[in-house]
Amino acid sequence: MSTMTLFKNVTHWKTGEKVTVAVEDGVVVPMPKRGHEHARVLEAPHAVLAPGLVDLHVHLREPGQSGKESIETGTRAAAAGGFTAVACMPNTVPVVDTPAWVEWVLARARGAGYARVYPIAAVTQGQKGEQLAPLQAMARAGAIAFSDDGHPIESAAMMRRALEYARNTGLPIIGHEEDPTLRVGGVMNEGFTATRLGLRGLPNAAESIMCRRDADLAELTGGRVHLAHLSAAQSFDALRDAKRRGLPVSGETCPHYWVLTDEAVADYDTHAKMNPPLRSEADRAACIAAIVDGTIDCFATDHAPHTSDEKARPFAEAPFGIVGLETALALTLTYLVHPGHLSLARAIELWADAPRRLFNLPEVDLEPGSEADLVLFDPQAEWTVEPDLFFSKGRNTPFAGWNLKGRVLATMMAGRFTHLAPEIDFDHQLVLPSESQK
Amino acid sequence: MTMSVSAPPAPAPVSAGSFHRYSVHSDARHLLALEGMTRDVLLGLLEDAATEREWLRSGAPNRTDLAGCSVMLAFVEDSTRTRMSFEIAARRMGANALTFNAGASSLNKGETLLDTMRLFEAMGAQLLIIRHSMSGAPAYLAQHLRATGVINAGDGMHEHPTQGLLDLLTLRDAWSGEFEGKRLAIVGDIAHSRVARSAMAGLSTLGAHVTVCGPGTLLPADVELLGCTVAPTVEDAMEGADAVMALRIQKERMEGGLLPSLVEYAREWGVNHERVALLKPGAVVMHPGPVNRGVELQASVADSARSVILDQVANGVAVRCAVLKRCWQAWKEAA
Repeated sequence: MSTMTLFKNVTHWKTGEKVTVAVEDGVVVPMPKRGHEHARVLEAPHAVLAPGLVDLHVHLREPGQSGKESIETGTRAAAAGGFTAVACMPNTVPVVDTPAWVEWVLARARGAGYARVYPIAAVTQGQKGEQLAPLQAMARAGAIAFSDDGHPIESAAMMRRALEYARNTGLPIIGHEEDPTLRVGGVMNEGFTATRLGLRGLPNAAESIMCRRDADLAELTGGRVHLAHLSAAQSFDALRDAKRRGLPVSGETCPHYWVLTDEAVADYDTHAKMNPPLRSEADRAACIAAIVDGTIDCFATDHAPHTSDEKARPFAEAPFGIVGLETALALTLTYLVHPGHLSLARAIELWADAPRRLFNLPEVDLEPGSEADLVLFDPQAEWTVEPDLFFSKGRNTPFAGWNLKGRVLATMMAGRFTHLAPEIDFDHQLVLPSESQK
Repeated sequence: MTMSVSAPPAPAPVSAGSFHRYSVHSDARHLLALEGMTRDVLLGLLEDAATEREWLRSGAPNRTDLAGCSVMLAFVEDSTRTRMSFEIAARRMGANALTFNAGASSLNKGETLLDTMRLFEAMGAQLLIIRHSMSGAPAYLAQHLRATGVINAGDGMHEHPTQGLLDLLTLRDAWSGEFEGKRLAIVGDIAHSRVARSAMAGLSTLGAHVTVCGPGTLLPADVELLGCTVAPTVEDAMEGADAVMALRIQKERMEGGLLPSLVEYAREWGVNHERVALLKPGAVVMHPGPVNRGVELQASVADSARSVILDQVANGVAVRCAVLKRCWQAWKEAA
């Protein structure tokens, strides 16, 4: 007999009402009429129950770089962060640019995944920007989008062909927007801090020019463009303009862009090195404005784990990227919701409903019949970020030692708990989701 | 089974965000930058360097201030004058100075910079003088080496603090010890210049003003926030200045498309006699060397009575004596 789980007297993420939600056989079910003797009950009146979060932009590093992360550790980190689904980028070794590799990622995720894993496949073979990868076959194999993330598609003609060719798959092309000719060795945001530290800068325009180019190419081709990890004020403007023109263009931003500025790089802290880089205070403000006015379609983390050795290199030699899965929700609550920029419901929508709608993933809600992909979190609970406690192999976060407000208590995927905070001690062990994942 | 999640214990206050910050002046064993160095420390080093200069000029025998100190000169990027200047200073002060030849080293066999420098530490080098093309390399080594004092002999486009000190000592002579209200014009490739950054940092601490000028392609973003003024032309920068520093133009800048030609540069930005005439009477002409004669500096200006280029070189040895003494003193106190 299957076990029913009750989330009792929890706060509904959208309505704010106290509700009790029952889960059985992987789906939300109507409340049983009488007491259900096999029910596990989680009673948490101060906690919010919401659809599991979705991160459309993570680097799980498999195949090929399991020293940095694996599908197992990356999805475990996702579960700890309240995510029930992630979309993983194809800039692995080798690049996911064939249907076989898409299938490999999916198979690996079924065996070792604590979250649903949706592969994003490369746009061009080897992400070299020269020849199209087999987009249609990869779409059939299960890719949900295409991206050469980590590398811009330098040639406008190649981007045009990719958008045209991908059109009949209905899948978007996710743009890592960076003009390589403006990049020239840049390792941090161009501006005063870079000047002071003598580091080469990456200007805002390197990103925004490509955003505008790809918006125009979306207009030309009718193909869908999703702008990844937007960081610069001018890029938010580019996305705003594209929407005003009714173009099929969407965009995401990441927590570090609304929390940090490039001052975090001083003095040569590689944990604040990512691409696109942390920008100025004006850009940070523009990021929040773009979130508030609806320009930004969804959030993502750009979770980019690296080994401690790699991040311990001198600044110019250290790799770009920070981990994000295990701090994303808390950074959203602490820096957007609690200061009053965004309602709790809207913040969750940007992490949960919006990415599902955007990438045509099955919708989740708290109503009977819905897949039981859920997160229970306490928006007021404070905790200190301790990278050594991360489930991710990556320790590369600029938020080590920060006190954040908002903590994940439990994450459930397809009716199974994929993460439980230590204070929640069912007599059931945490059950690997592989048994039930479809 | 019911599991009730109670409210968590009273939390610590939410931090506004405190970064792990490495302060380059937290440890006097190191000399990493002039930015942030206090006025007292700066003036003290200059005073001491002036004293050492007298001793160096006198031809007196070597001293023993640094007896027992092994100084490793690791010039991972090429240098002649700075390396020799440090070497002379270290030997005159009685240190055991060793030169590391990066070209033939294990750095070329894939060993990391840190691992190589750890070797020197293990071999007993107490002070490491490092020149590196990467900005932040000395600060990085200071953070990761436990027992070694690190002296920055020029890191990428960041700082060159002993060059900054020798420039300050040169200006101290030219300005009769008065920095307040004085103005230095720096002409040329500000973007790639560690010399300019150190000079700006030191002079602004001492109350002098810096005007920079150069082609737009060689001015870094938000440079005025470093505390200088940006002049549109070399004439504007030099008019009424108390000194001018011409920076070396590197040939690579042409290849990178930052400059159309050396001829154009010399015409528009070169420090020539007509422009030197715009300076205040008695103002001096400086250059960190090596000079491209006829490019950033008219040859006859370099050789003129206004030029203090060779004084800068001589002051370099004196400044490095003072720096080595200070770092070694701090090393002994920390040991």
